[in-house]
Amino acid sequence: MSKDEQINFHTISVLVDNESGVLARVIGLFSGRGYNIESLTVAEVDIKKALSRITIVTSGTEMIIEQIKAQLGRLVPVHRVSDLTLDGPHVGRELALVKVVGSGEKRVESLRIADIFRARAVDSTNESFVFEIVGDTGKLNAFIDLMRPLGLVDISRTGVAAIARGMASL
Amino acid sequence: MSTTQLSGAEIILKALADQGVEVIFGYPGGAVLPIYDAIFQQNRIRHILVRQEGGAVHAAEGYARSTGKVGVVLVTSGPGATNAVTGLTDALMDSIPIICLTGQVPTHLIGNDAFQECDTTGITRPCTKHNYLVKDVKNLSKVLHEAFHVARSGRPGPVVVDLPKDVCMALGDYVEKENISLEKYQPRLKGDAEKIKAAVEMIASAKQPVFYCGGGVINSGPKASKLLTEFVRTTGYPCTLTLMGLGAYPASDKQFLGMLGMHGTYEANMTMHGCDVMVCVGARFDDRITGRLDAFAPNAKKIHIDIDPSSINKNVKVDIPIIGDVASVLEDMLAVWKSSKAKTNAAALARWWKQIDEWRRVDSLKFVQPKDIIKPQYVLQRLQELTRDRDTYITTEVGQHQMWAAQYLCFDEPNRWMTSGGLGTMGYGLPAAMGVQIAHPDSLVVDISGEASFLMNMQELSTIAQYRLPVKCLILNNFYMGMVRQWQELLHGGRYAESYMESLPDFVKLADTFGMVGLRTNKPGEVDDVLREMISVDRPVLVDMQIDPTENCFPMIPSGAAHNEMLLGPDDKAQKPISEEGMVLV
Repeated sequence: MSKDEQINFHTISVLVDNESGVLARVIGLFSGRGYNIESLTVAEVDIKKALSRITIVTSGTEMIIEQIKAQLGRLVPVHRVSDLTLDGPHVGRELALVKVVGSGEKRVESLRIADIFRARAVDSTNESFVFEIVGDTGKLNAFIDLMRPLGLVDISRTGVAAIARGMASL
Repeated sequence: MSTTQLSGAEIILKALADQGVEVIFGYPGGAVLPIYDAIFQQNRIRHILVRQEGGAVHAAEGYARSTGKVGVVLVTSGPGATNAVTGLTDALMDSIPIICLTGQVPTHLIGNDAFQECDTTGITRPCTKHNYLVKDVKNLSKVLHEAFHVARSGRPGPVVVDLPKDVCMALGDYVEKENISLEKYQPRLKGDAEKIKAAVEMIASAKQPVFYCGGGVINSGPKASKLLTEFVRTTGYPCTLTLMGLGAYPASDKQFLGMLGMHGTYEANMTMHGCDVMVCVGARFDDRITGRLDAFAPNAKKIHIDIDPSSINKNVKVDIPIIGDVASVLEDMLAVWKSSKAKTNAAALARWWKQIDEWRRVDSLKFVQPKDIIKPQYVLQRLQELTRDRDTYITTEVGQHQMWAAQYLCFDEPNRWMTSGGLGTMGYGLPAAMGVQIAHPDSLVVDISGEASFLMNMQELSTIAQYRLPVKCLILNNFYMGMVRQWQELLHGGRYAESYMESLPDFVKLADTFGMVGLRTNKPGEVDDVLREMISVDRPVLVDMQIDPTENCFPMIPSGAAHNEMLLGPDDKAQKPISEEGMVLV
């Protein structure tokens, strides 16, 4: 596969006006032009200026990623677009709530693994746990895979929130 | 701040007037009654009543494209808004500045499936540059002024402002446009100086150069066309234009190669294929232009000037991208060219022109006009000749007649040629011609049409009659959806599924019912007389020009083929059968 066709994951931060329809614009752009969304998070980050930050993990060839950023950039309510993957080191974190139902040895094993992963039990009954785990996507995937044979019944993930390392800001 | 408050509807009219709006194209309905009431009580803005909302948007497009101003549309909620969607998409694809005001049910009914309610901002989000729903009269002035700014700045486009009825009736303060901050949307106009310098060096070093220019030059304003012409002449390089760009460089100039692309001239496409430096100015490497991408200008270094960063590297990777307004960038380029005393490679250029002249001698637009049947090319050639010294504006519908018009008519200035390029909307030309005629009441406005396209929006003949617009509808009637038939002949074994036009009206009688002059001929010897009468009559005219029904549009780059694999005429067989891949392409 040549460099032009290679598909890479990119984490893109977008600063937008927190106004009605802005998320629909961003999502509509991705679906309308056939781009992928691996994960997407959004929340207001500046109440006074009414700004929200959207973090999108997407994948595509170099040319597609460039297009995605250009297309995002020309939406009127978009203030800034930053490709964290290209712009230097960044921290990406995701939170998951993982429900495991079981008893006996499996239940004990799930607690042991949770301890290794520094997951916290945030709800517990005699036959179930809800674990809260924070980390990068890979860590969460690994934890979830280990929980599968131990009675995993439900997962809720936030998607990635990310920020540049060092002094740079969006 | 004013002491007396205005109703929302009055604020709208005041904002429009302050933005320099002279004409609105619209159609009333329940949700916009307060706005129509305000229109009734003022004299600054003229309202043109169309016969269907789709016609209003195309008319506004024609108005905008022939004047460089923003076109304004007013329609009601629900079906009024949905009927406008095709026109909005058309304006988005062709980058035409339009403000479309849509009525909406009162705010407390939004989301209730109320009568004539639709989710206008939801429906129009992907087919506008931006849209707004105004929920409070205190935001109304700001939204309207910002909407105009967004529509005309950067790459222009359509903007919808959705106006609930209660907002139009509520009282509020008007805010002058000077008091509105537009900081939020400020596209970059000035090109990067380093890149401009590098581009000038690359252009000067070229041995086989070409300028490939498009609608972006026209959108940038008449100054951009002047600068382009100056730059092209300074270099002595060949120049070709896209369908959208016709008029950006004078067609009568010896450095002009004609239109390029699927139905472009042989010399334009061969020059593109063989060039070593391509200067793309305000064009977007559309699929109609490039043909097969992996064989597109294989040896060329490419410079791309565009105001829209998303046009860069979308289809074709370029070597020097310059983001900025065409006029500004060309001005800077010319300045660098002059100050650096750049020189072209005269010997190489002479060889290149010799090659181009050989391609020109193929004469790819030649045709034979027989005694007994009218060829469409002949009609357009005669129209060009007979309108040579007149102040003429041309609109078209979509199909074969559109391509023939692009090939055989000559445009020496921008803003004279209005055609639906990106979306390819049949039915565009007639309402667009209305809009052009409203803007230029004393000019000759001709809608070059096919009989199939004409039927798509012919209700607008009623509008033409009402406002006594002397629009000339020149129907090249071949009794087929010609371009569909041509593709069926080339790609589907001549099985002409549903492309024959049954039960056509008697166009002369149709003209009569709308008080127009109706003319008809099928004899080559009468073409001149009919065209002369059409041009000289100071009334709307409908011409039923019955042409050769089997004529195909050539030259043609077949689907999935490259620029150097053109078909020059009906006897020219494709070098290889059109591939499955090619057939899938539109």
